[in-house]
Amino acid sequence: MALTGIQIYKLLPKTNCGECGVPTCLAFAMNLAAGKAELAACPYVTEESKAELADASAPPIRIVEIGTGERKFKMGGETVLFRHEKTFLHPTGIGVVVTDEMADDDVAGRLERFKTLEYERVGLTLKADLVAVKSLSGDAGKFAALATRVKNETEGGIILMTEDATVMEAGLKACGDCKPLMYAATKENADAMSGVAKEHGCALTVKGDGLDDVSELTTRLTAAGLNDLVIDSGARAPRKVFEDQIFIRRAALLKKNKALGFPTICLPCEMTDDLMKETLLASMCIAKYGGIVLLSDLQGHSLFPLLLARMNIYTDPQRPMATSPGIYEIGGPTENSPVLVTSNFSLTYFIVSGEIETSRVPAWLIIVDTEGLSVLTAWAAGKFVGDVVGMAIKKCGIGDKINHRKVVIPGYAAAILGDLEEELGSDWEVLVGPRESAHIPAYLKEWKA
Amino acid sequence: MVFEAPKISYNGVIKEIPLGKDANRITVGGETSYPFYLFEGEMPHRPVIAMDVYDAPPEDWPEAVVEPFSDVINDPAAWAQKCVSVYGAEMVALQLASTDPNAQNASAEQAVEVTKKVAAAVEVPVLVWGSGNVEKDTEVLKMVAEACAEESLILGPVEEDSHKALGAAAIAYKHAIAASSPIDINLAKQLNILLGNLGVPDEGIVVDPTVAGLGYGLEYCYSVMERDRMAALTQEDERLQFPVVCNLAKEVWKVKEARLSTEQAPLLGDPLKRGVLLEAMTALLLLLAGGDILIMRHPKAIQLVRGFVTDLMAN
Ligand code: B12
Ligand code: SF4
Repeated sequence: MALTGIQIYKLLPKTNCGECGVPTCLAFAMNLAAGKAELAACPYVTEESKAELADASAPPIRIVEIGTGERKFKMGGETVLFRHEKTFLHPTGIGVVVTDEMADDDVAGRLERFKTLEYERVGLTLKADLVAVKSLSGDAGKFAALATRVKNETEGGIILMTEDATVMEAGLKACGDCKPLMYAATKENADAMSGVAKEHGCALTVKGDGLDDVSELTTRLTAAGLNDLVIDSGARAPRKVFEDQIFIRRAALLKKNKALGFPTICLPCEMTDDLMKETLLASMCIAKYGGIVLLSDLQGHSLFPLLLARMNIYTDPQRPMATSPGIYEIGGPTENSPVLVTSNFSLTYFIVSGEIETSRVPAWLIIVDTEGLSVLTAWAAGKFVGDVVGMAIKKCGIGDKINHRKVVIPGYAAAILGDLEEELGSDWEVLVGPRESAHIPAYLKEWKA
Repeated sequence: MVFEAPKISYNGVIKEIPLGKDANRITVGGETSYPFYLFEGEMPHRPVIAMDVYDAPPEDWPEAVVEPFSDVINDPAAWAQKCVSVYGAEMVALQLASTDPNAQNASAEQAVEVTKKVAAAVEVPVLVWGSGNVEKDTEVLKMVAEACAEESLILGPVEEDSHKALGAAAIAYKHAIAASSPIDINLAKQLNILLGNLGVPDEGIVVDPTVAGLGYGLEYCYSVMERDRMAALTQEDERLQFPVVCNLAKEVWKVKEARLSTEQAPLLGDPLKRGVLLEAMTALLLLLAGGDILIMRHPKAIQLVRGFVTDLMAN
């Protein structure tokens, strides 16, 4: 995709004037190719070359932003078809729909759940990102009122859903400063919507009837100067949605098809009436390339699994999330508190420290550097074995903080007992704890120094 | 503007593996494209769901998943029958969890007895799964293989350290095996080569790539399975062209969030629905990554997943 230094050099003035800060155009071209310079540093590059360079260096799938400030939401920019090839970049946005014909309680409930359902996990906060305001009545005033309410009561990104440009305009008057995503331009209203989108500087969704139709619309809108587009292929049958999502991603990445080089939005909320099924379909859309999924409702039991699915699909497959090794104090431990050891895989740390907190028994937790591997995996890989764990315990300085000499190892690592005892010497007593962390609270309550 | 569908071509096919006996034989595998990419290939056989049956009443299952089986939980044969007659199980996965030396340490003889009862109680194919302790599994599954000759069971997990003994037993007594390796495409391939060298026929192998539950390492398993399918279908990696079995329910229901009550975790909603979705979503993602046989537990999760498969295969 990206141009080489030589290709870029051909587009530069080749006068070696040096104003860009390096002595030659070639050197500048090399820096550009390596991402170490900005094209703007050369005052003499022609408009034509600029356009060509911008075009060639644009990502195959455009990055589109919704919202402003801290909760700005980014989608697109993806470069691979399978997560192991690189990493999926921008996690799918999860949104909930409220309509202007919903009872007040139903709207309030959804907004409330949108705000309160958030979960701490491995050092991250997992929550939904977007609220979609949908016009069913066709009444501009009602739509604007609902948009205002959502803007005032939540901090997430907003999606405005109406195919009537006048109603859209009203919605944008209410919350345009939040840079909502507009949904949607169709064959019928594209010109009017495009005008409104330009005026307010908002991203616009294109809703087509199949990918022929979508391509035609995006081409028309980009020609009119709109570049921040999002695609709804129009499909609602799961099989068709699945197919369209794959075709759009492949067309952009494998065929460099510019007309489909935009992030997508999927509407599980229009695919079924059952929230369980809807949420399950949303997980399919997360795995297969959806930029946003819209749901009819969020419940703890539905949103939480979906957030886990998104986290799993979007974590960096190259590098496990790791916690820094060392001594962690949980609940204000004293010199008589128990000492436990575990690995530095973030998930393991998160689970084990959570269970220790649940026990309400203050404790010391020693995190051994296992290069981000879980206890069992690290043990199998020779990174959570007797001498390594023993060294970590001796070196971390826990001995100075406690009066006793007892240390609890994970039940699954029972096999390291002998080696660890040997490494630590006879002062220490090694205790094999439970295997599953769920049994840690009961175990700690029984523990005696 | 005419959009040209960007299709790709494949040069490999997943082997078709017959499971079970005689008239009740079912076939898995046969895919000629990535999972559910039906616009450019075929899935001649729907993925199947094998329902969990435990050899002894499980002690640590959350209430939500005990409830559907509470009337049969002490009787594996009745349990298996219920799975088939009430919940329409296409296969049964008998989990010999009580043979675990770290648990009840039930003997191989006891395992044989349970297996015989379950195999006699149902006509669908029976997968027999050991405790995961490789020495004990070797002992137990060998004896099961012999005692249940002619039952055409599927025995697992067969690991590198047990493949000789269990591979030989499978050949001698005509069972299929689930070749198990720890989330590593090279190790999976290696084991399949070893099994081939030993003389285990290809029609007798399915692959267990090892799975984890949603939020607990699933991402690793998902990518290993995707890479597995990629190698099998586009790089002609013949020793990876086997159907995949995912023993997922036991991973899902053991995690904390599947067990918390509404009082303990008000933000996690209804415990039953939460558990069901955790299981169904794990299953769905593993299906998209290439699962052919899913070992599942909760009837509601199974129903959701069946519906999903129907949706994705609907014309
Ligand atoms: C995901 C995974 C991987 C990922 C790594 C993920 C990571 N960052 O660690 C990858 C794919 C890289 C991997 C690789 C390997 N893996 Co691996 N992996 C798994 C898998 C599927 C899940 C592990 C996981 O994340 N568990 C969740 C964490 C939270 O568990 P945990 O750290 O053990 O913590 C739990 C308990 O131990 C306890 N606990 C933790 N700390 C403490 C502390 C105290 C005091 C107490 C009381 C309790 C406690 O609480 C936690 C929750 O209950 C398991 C199988 C499975 N389904 O469990 C296999 C598994 C662990 N892997 C295994 C193996 C063999 C390997 C490899 C050696 C294979 C190979 N030869 O390539 C490699 C080694 C890595 C290397 N060489 O770099 C085996 C280990 C077998 C064994 N019994 O020894 C397993 C069990 C699979 C199997 N059945 O064969 N693996
Ligand atoms: S400023 Fe432009 S023209 Fe001058 S040397 Fe740098 S690249 Fe070449």
